[in-house]
Amino acid sequence: MTPLTLSSFTATSALGCGLAPTLAALRAGRGALAPCAFETVTLDSCVGEVAGVDEVALPEGLTAQFDCRNNRLAWLGLNQDGFAQAVERAASRHGRARLGIFLGTSTSGILDTELAYRRRDPVSGALPADFRYSGAHNTFSLAAFVRRALHLSGPAVVISSACSSSAKAFASARRAIAAGVIDAALVGGVDSLCLTTLYGFHSLQLVSRAPCRPFDVARDGISIGEAAAFVLLEPAAAGPAANGVQLLGTGESSDAYHMSSPPPDGRGARAAMQAALSDAGLSPQDIDYINFHGTGTASNDEAEARAVADVLGATVPGSSTKGATGHTLGAAGALEAVICALALQDGLMPGGVNTAQVDPTLPVHYLRANRSGPLLRVMSNSFGFGGSNCSLILGRAG
Amino acid sequence: MSAQPAPAAWLEGIGVLGPGMPDWPAAARVLRGAARWENVPTVLPAPHGLPPAERRRMGSLVKLTLAVGLEASAQAGADPATLPAVFSSSGGDGQNCHEICQALASADRLISPTRFHNSVHNAAAGYWGIATHATPASNALCAHDASFGAGLLEALCQLAAERRRVLLIAYDASYPEPLRSARPIPDAFAVALVLAPERGAAALARLSLAVGGGRADTLADAALESLRTAIPAARSLPLLGQLARGGAGRVVLDYLDDTRLGVAVSPCP
Repeated sequence: MTPLTLSSFTATSALGCGLAPTLAALRAGRGALAPCAFETVTLDSCVGEVAGVDEVALPEGLTAQFDCRNNRLAWLGLNQDGFAQAVERAASRHGRARLGIFLGTSTSGILDTELAYRRRDPVSGALPADFRYSGAHNTFSLAAFVRRALHLSGPAVVISSACSSSAKAFASARRAIAAGVIDAALVGGVDSLCLTTLYGFHSLQLVSRAPCRPFDVARDGISIGEAAAFVLLEPAAAGPAANGVQLLGTGESSDAYHMSSPPPDGRGARAAMQAALSDAGLSPQDIDYINFHGTGTASNDEAEARAVADVLGATVPGSSTKGATGHTLGAAGALEAVICALALQDGLMPGGVNTAQVDPTLPVHYLRANRSGPLLRVMSNSFGFGGSNCSLILGRAG
Repeated sequence: MSAQPAPAAWLEGIGVLGPGMPDWPAAARVLRGAARWENVPTVLPAPHGLPPAERRRMGSLVKLTLAVGLEASAQAGADPATLPAVFSSSGGDGQNCHEICQALASADRLISPTRFHNSVHNAAAGYWGIATHATPASNALCAHDASFGAGLLEALCQLAAERRRVLLIAYDASYPEPLRSARPIPDAFAVALVLAPERGAAALARLSLAVGGGRADTLADAALESLRTAIPAARSLPLLGQLARGGAGRVVLDYLDDTRLGVAVSPCP
């Protein structure tokens, strides 16, 4: 692919709102997972909850249609690091109809529906009169809200392929730019805590009681987090390149194996990574750091380790930042792409927090402590239910 | 709106399943006026290809998408295992969503693992891969009422960027009450298109697409027009009608708010 510039980016997660607290936490090797106190949930687990989401007010005039936790988190995220202003400048440069929106989410505003089901009419079973479908429950609510809030009029879509959603958003966006349908893209992911995912992963016995420990010999499941992460993608020549970070390649594949577990040999993951390398025109030895999908479940980490060793070799340094942020599901791809962009700018390979002893049976070079050094190209993996795999390669410009 | 480059594709296969439309040939007869449309409920065929364990777990959307995807692939003479796929749906599996919300509102909040993994918006895409052994990329999109247009746009961008055949499946199904009152989709409807970057032996028509404004085409038959507006995937009907009639022409499809998709259709002789 022709490289695209990340002309602005931002992330809001349990690590904090915006890039400064995110980078500070990564530099300090600090995680943000805490015992779950979300809503009325009594599950014995840890979550990465973003502080203050419930206090966020949506822009004037959009509350009645779009107010829900997921859109509040989106609005909180858009207002960090001057991101909304950067989108406004790009819309002026390219035209409002020429800036596309590609966002990933797995559960959108389903929390509102979950809570509304507690208030059904005892006789008729009807949902309460204040229930809203299109602006909250529907998967597209996120992109519809962002399109209205930022006054954009170009193509807009939500990619919802579980935990690969917002990584795949980058692939869709770059194709639309390559096809000439748009000139720039607002890409990202927003997923917020809800009962479906908290109780759902619990039902699959995939949730750790402790903060998750990716690649640890004693890893025993995920910790769920929430995040809003956004990137403005523009052709290298069109936007300001002050950040110096580019999207170099995307690769996607399907496992065609099982709805909720990967093939043990990680062949789908392997295919996605190989496709990303091919798309970027790079060799395995060009990758300086890999941000693993690294959820912290026994089988996911094992399959990914085998796949990475097959494609990149077992010596490429890597880590999963989910020990710090939790697994932010549909937002993970975008959040971890932003973490990779920070890593490239800062020359920082973030060590994976919580992991005490790396599983000696896994063929990986897993970083438990931060390492600094010049980084030119990094890979980020995102794999989801349904066997949906996506790998991204980012690099420094020039 | 400014003139924009038009991504284009060669259409090689069509699959349709909806109320009174058991397959594309039957839908085409209705859409070109050779048969009356009977508003009878969509009949989902038994699924092919899935192992019994998966067949027990899958919801109605899997049957719906397998039926249209296999019909379109067969017409195109394409092995579905080789096709990248774009799945687009306004709402996913409403019955499954209802069951989960009901369980989460109960005292014990216990939901079944199968219900949970079937709740992802890409469940139909995942089962499609398991059933057809398709390992190329599949996408899972949602754009509410604009989901057909969003899927068509994504499919044509994939063709333009990657120059390989792609399968588009747009599909929707009803919610049960109480969600049905908030989102009254009357029945299941799905459409599948196999699209190719070059003209091959299977080419039926050339489609070229432009994002623009204007008014979306409507259908002359009032009953079919109500189907078009009631089910997001049926926003494809003006395009299917043009293909059924067989002539060259241009249709305007519903997309987002004030944005439309214009599709120029040139049939292959």
